Amino acid sequence: MTNPFEYSLAPESTSIVKIESHYNLYIDGKFQASKGGKKFVTVNPATEKVLAEISQATPADVDKAVKAASEAYRKVWSKLSGAERGKYLFRIARILQERAREFAVLETMDNGKPIRETRDVDIPLAAAHFFYHAGWADKLDYAGLGESPKAHGVVGQIIPWNFPLLMLSWKIAPALATGNTVVLKPAETTPLTALLFAQVCEQAGLPKGVVNIITGDGSTGAALVNHPGVAKIAFTGSTEVGKLIARSVAGSKKALTLELGGKGANIIFEDAPIDETVEGIINGIYFNQGHVCCAGSRLLIQENIKEEVLDKLKRRMAMIRLGDPLDKNTDLGAINSAAQLAKIHELADSGDSEGAERWSAPCKLPEKGFWFPPTFFTGVSQAHRIAREEIFGPVLSVITFRTPSEAIEKANNTPFGLSAGIWSDKGSRILWSAKELKAGVIWANTFNKFDPASPFGGYKESGWGREGGRHGLAAYLKGEHS
Amino acid sequence: MLAIDGSNPSIKSFLKTLSPVDQVGAEARAAMLGTRSIKTSSKLWAIETSISMIDLTTLEGADTPGKVQAICTKAVRPDPGDPTVPHVGAVCVYNDMVSIAREHLDKNGGKEIPVAAVSTAFPSGRASLEVKIHDTQDAIAHGATEIDMVIDRGAFLAGDLSKVFTEIVCIKEICGDQAHLKVILETGELVTYDNVRRASFLAMAAGADFIKTSTGKVSPAATPPVVLVMLEAVRDYYAMTGKRIGVKPAGGIRTTKDAIKQLVLVNETAGPEWLTPELFRIGASALLNDLLMQRMKIKSGNYSGRNYVTLD
Repeated sequence: MTNPFEYSLAPESTSIVKIESHYNLYIDGKFQASKGGKKFVTVNPATEKVLAEISQATPADVDKAVKAASEAYRKVWSKLSGAERGKYLFRIARILQERAREFAVLETMDNGKPIRETRDVDIPLAAAHFFYHAGWADKLDYAGLGESPKAHGVVGQIIPWNFPLLMLSWKIAPALATGNTVVLKPAETTPLTALLFAQVCEQAGLPKGVVNIITGDGSTGAALVNHPGVAKIAFTGSTEVGKLIARSVAGSKKALTLELGGKGANIIFEDAPIDETVEGIINGIYFNQGHVCCAGSRLLIQENIKEEVLDKLKRRMAMIRLGDPLDKNTDLGAINSAAQLAKIHELADSGDSEGAERWSAPCKLPEKGFWFPPTFFTGVSQAHRIAREEIFGPVLSVITFRTPSEAIEKANNTPFGLSAGIWSDKGSRILWSAKELKAGVIWANTFNKFDPASPFGGYKESGWGREGGRHGLAAYLKGEHS
Repeated sequence: MLAIDGSNPSIKSFLKTLSPVDQVGAEARAAMLGTRSIKTSSKLWAIETSISMIDLTTLEGADTPGKVQAICTKAVRPDPGDPTVPHVGAVCVYNDMVSIAREHLDKNGGKEIPVAAVSTAFPSGRASLEVKIHDTQDAIAHGATEIDMVIDRGAFLAGDLSKVFTEIVCIKEICGDQAHLKVILETGELVTYDNVRRASFLAMAAGADFIKTSTGKVSPAATPPVVLVMLEAVRDYYAMTGKRIGVKPAGGIRTTKDAIKQLVLVNETAGPEWLTPELFRIGASALLNDLLMQRMKIKSGNYSGRNYVTLD
């Protein structure tokens, strides 16, 4: 039947954001032109329209930024008390809340993710990270890292495109709270909210040089990683690049934390609350178009409930509203870039050719922009590429198991170890599974829930170190243990 | 069909096959659907559809013929200034007001509007089966074509599911093809979503045409997660049996926003097939005026205020 209740368009207005035609680098408290750097553009992935021209920072620019951060550290930031640093963080947090709508709209335009997610998840959580760490700034002596733990100095931070402002806040908030100064490079395809954040730093009266934002591609990142003035590197991104960084940092005195890829197992036991589990599967893999390092991209279903779960999942997936990310009713937005879309296609095609069976929700894809329908594969075995490699898109691999121990064995059978989900109505089974799973984050009867007080990070090739919570502070401090 | 013979063991073993409900997850899903933004033509459609789904209700000790006649007039022409507004789904009254309502509706152009009677010792249900049967027969004899019965929550909570089941079967038999049976679960007294899901299936298996959340006398009543769980139940029951059962939230739905949230729940849970007064009703009284005010606002562009809708 035709649905009489097709929701009318409900687009969020973009009039609140002011996008410049060209952006310079934010170094030493002011926007300055790159020294001889090229330009590149950032586009709206939902429309393919160019949003702005961005500066590519050269090694000379990186050097300038690191020097500015170093001077800010020596002269100002390291001399402030924790309580004084905390005040700046509280101020930034409040400004992020006040300008939340502006950030949400800009993030949606630059990234392609739905406004519902930027509005309800990304931006409120980003502000929450600043609030949380603001509270720690004057209590570091009690963080369990020894008496008077010391900052590293200048930290170089490189963040991905999947949660641009949120990843920025995961990096900058703990770094500043613990007394470090920052040179941060946002992802090439999503620099705009980081550049708007530079304005927030100015608005908050943050001393110049404490936060520097330099834009560019991998070569800019490499220059930052290799700069001798950087005491610590924090990176979130692919395992491939993480390995490169680990190699270049090896043998130096630089501290390093890495938050890398994942191939999270979402395990559905036969006694799971099925309707809520279906929501959890959706949230695990189709949240943020599947551009989530901790996505539940491997669905492990107990074989005796496979049909029931997949029937309900298909029905639910058919309700997913894919389209204009600025529409308040959109559930699934645009894939962030043409390159990422090509990668998703390549891996999904390998699923077809290796004999798995593809099912995609029957939704119409817009003509312009980068889109991929919510999809799952059945008949997937552990040996398939789509069961082993991170797709980073709205593609789920469905694998069955017969017994709880087989579920755990399959869940742990991956070079990654970032996240896992357990769905069961039985408390004892949840506790047992959580003990056996080798993953940094384990959710029970929920998925993709984040909180600044909860440490986040991975086992094995999913990363080193933790972000958030008390554990996350350790990454930015030299205590008696380091 | 479902393997239930009415005995406690058979009902219990059937209800045990139902998947449990996770409270946090159900509430999160309902809250997410509450963020849907319904604008312009969709909003107008939702308002008019909501009006046509209202069981316009008065259930007070102080109900008089005058009061009942007033809501019947309103049921036929909710907005006296605009005949394009649809009439409501039904008028819902106590047993002794049924004939007054029926007569007044018939005289005032509301022949097609059914009268629903609350029966079976509404709202507590604390009476013998004989009384409940008589109560129902009485309502039907006076012209009720919809019966809103209450389940025995005490028996349900005590584990005597057979009693609950048998009562519904009896009342359904009396309704026969003369009256539609709505079974009120009183979810505010069942408390857990697991209970709501089980009671929903129990009522459907016993012959309910509709499952209804509440009497309106107990709070909380028709909260979005409760309605979500009941909509999931009718959806799953349809998958099992091929039979579509209706859902009626009642109690606490007072604003257009509340009503639209209910329609979104229907649309994205049971599906658009349920977006009809045959399968979805809203038990309410104050809601109607808010829907009318919002409709006027969309039509004219201005809020006219409370004195432009009738207080009945």
